[in-house]
Amino acid sequence: MLSRRIIPCLDVRDGRVVKGVRFRDHVIVGAIEELALRYRDEGADELVFYDITASPERRSVDRAWVERVARLIDIPFCVAGGIRSVDDARDVLCAGADKISVNSPALERPALIGELADAFGVQCVVLGIDSLMDVDGQWRVRQYTGDPSTTQALAKLTLDWLEEAQQLGAGEVVLNCMGSDGTRDGFDITQLKAARALCQVPLVASGGAGTREHFAAAFGDADVDAALASSVFHSGDVPIPALKAYLRDQRFEVRDA
Amino acid sequence: MSTADVVLIDSGGANIGSVRYALERLGVHAQLSAAPERIKAATHVILPGVGAAARGMQRLRELDLVETIRGLRQPLLGICLGMQLLYESSEEGDVECLGLLPGRVRKLVASSAVRVPHMGWNTLTVERDSPLLEGIGDDAYAYFVHGYAAPIGTATLATCVHGQSFCAAVQRDNINGAQFHPERSAAVGHRLLANFIGIRA
Repeated sequence: MLSRRIIPCLDVRDGRVVKGVRFRDHVIVGAIEELALRYRDEGADELVFYDITASPERRSVDRAWVERVARLIDIPFCVAGGIRSVDDARDVLCAGADKISVNSPALERPALIGELADAFGVQCVVLGIDSLMDVDGQWRVRQYTGDPSTTQALAKLTLDWLEEAQQLGAGEVVLNCMGSDGTRDGFDITQLKAARALCQVPLVASGGAGTREHFAAAFGDADVDAALASSVFHSGDVPIPALKAYLRDQRFEVRDA
Repeated sequence: MSTADVVLIDSGGANIGSVRYALERLGVHAQLSAAPERIKAATHVILPGVGAAARGMQRLRELDLVETIRGLRQPLLGICLGMQLLYESSEEGDVECLGLLPGRVRKLVASSAVRVPHMGWNTLTVERDSPLLEGIGDDAYAYFVHGYAAPIGTATLATCVHGQSFCAAVQRDNINGAQFHPERSAAVGHRLLANFIGIRA
């Protein structure tokens, strides 16, 4: 059976892994390779690296560390950050990334999703969506979220964008629920369920993981394919082996570490 | 570790880097090449592939590699799309493929519980013993990322289920294939690549 995936997310800034709360106030967590190896050894199913300042600085991801990670680890990893063309994506994939994730550049130019799917197949094209509920109760998309001074609120509704992106060729969607990011109060199950109802491709929950029960809720209640977290893994508060043992007890299919 | 002379076919597929690094972790320094003479001279040939079938075949035709690959007698390993291209044809872009294995690659059928592409770690069911899967048992997890899949046939070594059963690993004569990504399948993938390098022509 296909297992549910546990995905540590590593936000990269200036070649180091950092962590913020609600997308702000980043502190350094450690070296990229050291954390990649640690998570591989603990049984992470996949890793995601976000070059969080690439898009706001209008540059592509730094491929040197992508190559170092690819040489080191034997589990899949996805790279995000400022990929705005087929050539940018090819650089990152050829450096050894397995998937590329686009967010702000796809909002700038939605046709990018289709171009990437044509060039590399839908299975390597991940769409990241940063979503926040507005005062009118609607979830809308945010852009350039890597730096609070550049973050922009868009008129685009999150669920509309989810549907549009799938039609364009997104092979997986990571829904970052910004309202819960870094809070450790749990994934935004309501929003994830709404997304799940419209999402035919794999859906990854992101934002708010604090306890092992939060992961079980994301898999059980929102039926997501994978759950992504960073602070609870970086701090060691939710060790991946213990998390997987718990999920297995809860009758979720998980891969042995 | 090995005296194998492994050539990775430079088919434009995007996972070439990760396959090369996985081989390096085995102590094997594979050459990347699209030159027919270099490929023919190898002891082992790997056809990696990430992307779409039509584009993959177009690239092999442009490089004039179709007949070269068909004529290989040394061990050949197709990975992911590279395995799918070994079959007669693919529904993806309705394209004629290399025809080294019988059958047509078809799109996986999605439903509310079965999301396509099939993405993640799934268990193998071993159908018959083979050098390629030596040491890899039933229920071993391998990492899959694909939207199309090859049919189960007499050459099938292992199957996997995602809504339907499909061929996860295959071998006939010198032709080997893995639908999953050994380069990203941790210990299971490491073993498969080591097994492949150990196969003698």
